[in-house]
Amino acid sequence: MSSDETLVAYASRLGDNALILGQRMIELVAASPELEEELANANFSLDYIGQARMYYTYAGEREGAGRDEDDFAFLRPEHDYKNLLLVEQSNGHFGDSTVRQFLFESWYVLLLEALTRCSDEGISVIAARAIKEVRYHLRHSSQWLVRLGDGTEESHARVQVSLDDLWRFTGEMFAPDDLDDEMRAAFNGPHLEVIETQWRENVAAVLAEATLDMPDDQWMAIGGKQGQHSEHMGFLLAEMQHLQRAYPGATW
Amino acid sequence: MVDAQYTPAQILEWLSQVPDPEIPVLTITDLGIVRDVDCSAGVTVSLTPTYSGCPATEAIEASVAATLQEHGVDDVRIKRVLSPPWTTDWISEAGRKKLTVYGIAPPERRDRPIACPRCDSSNTEQVSEFGSTACKASYRCIDCLEPFEYFKCL
Repeated sequence: MSSDETLVAYASRLGDNALILGQRMIELVAASPELEEELANANFSLDYIGQARMYYTYAGEREGAGRDEDDFAFLRPEHDYKNLLLVEQSNGHFGDSTVRQFLFESWYVLLLEALTRCSDEGISVIAARAIKEVRYHLRHSSQWLVRLGDGTEESHARVQVSLDDLWRFTGEMFAPDDLDDEMRAAFNGPHLEVIETQWRENVAAVLAEATLDMPDDQWMAIGGKQGQHSEHMGFLLAEMQHLQRAYPGATW
Repeated sequence: MVDAQYTPAQILEWLSQVPDPEIPVLTITDLGIVRDVDCSAGVTVSLTPTYSGCPATEAIEASVAATLQEHGVDDVRIKRVLSPPWTTDWISEAGRKKLTVYGIAPPERRDRPIACPRCDSSNTEQVSEFGSTACKASYRCIDCLEPFEYFKCL
């Protein structure tokens, strides 16, 4: 892989995580349990979609083949998306969404911190912009996790099940593949094992406050980073891409 | 044809008339998002987005180009700069005053009380950390009962 190819693949993968999670969160609009949550979800989703636009635009510039942010977002088939399986998981109930956000954001904030120090300026400046937003996303999901975990008997039991269910998607975040290795070797990219240690520490602290048990490491589902997705992904894309698929090139 | 020569100060003066589409009481220079004006070849204006997903970014870029064209500048280029990332510290003192008069409490660093823009009381409480746009939270004044928006610190 040339250094340009590495950056295109890496930036578009970052874009995929942000876009797919942003799409999941926008599905929650008009379905939140209270108005504050409604506004928070819309705001966060907008942040993620904005980040995706920056990553995709940068990937398109590096690639130099004339693809723009919309080509990346709307005109690729499922296997070309390299997002983590975690972010595409369906919203489920409020506890499920909260746990998904918390597990991802705990990782993403550390990844972004490392990326602000990478040697590619295009990626490091986007990371510096994005981390300011993801810090308050994480604060929000952590607060909710504590409220649900240390809440009523019912909320505690249900959110523990959410945590146990989604835990199997966390392994993928720390398993470096060829692209992670290249990014690290060529551009001083993130060291995923170091991030894992820090992530476990941070997650354990919030779970303790939430009186939740950290699940045992069980079998981990992987494949998203290679474009092999779970059953939820196709439905998400079908809805998100519908307009561009039905009316190619449509603008407004 | 000889191009008219412009100075950055003159361009900035015109840009200080361009309102933010979501908080029209503020101009883009009050907000601190105009990072550079370069008049060496045509006019290049460097702008920085506030939040990543701020839907006003494109609208602002379009009104910058339109404003300069109205003043006869034909060769306008807009550059989007991401680094260093925008912070609410860049909102000018004039901008902070305009926000207060408009009824929005300006951003305060941690530990400093949020004063009610109507009666200036610090006896206020947060109603919702999230508001009508990504940059604002909802507050209320316990003394005069005014509900108001607070421009969050970023």
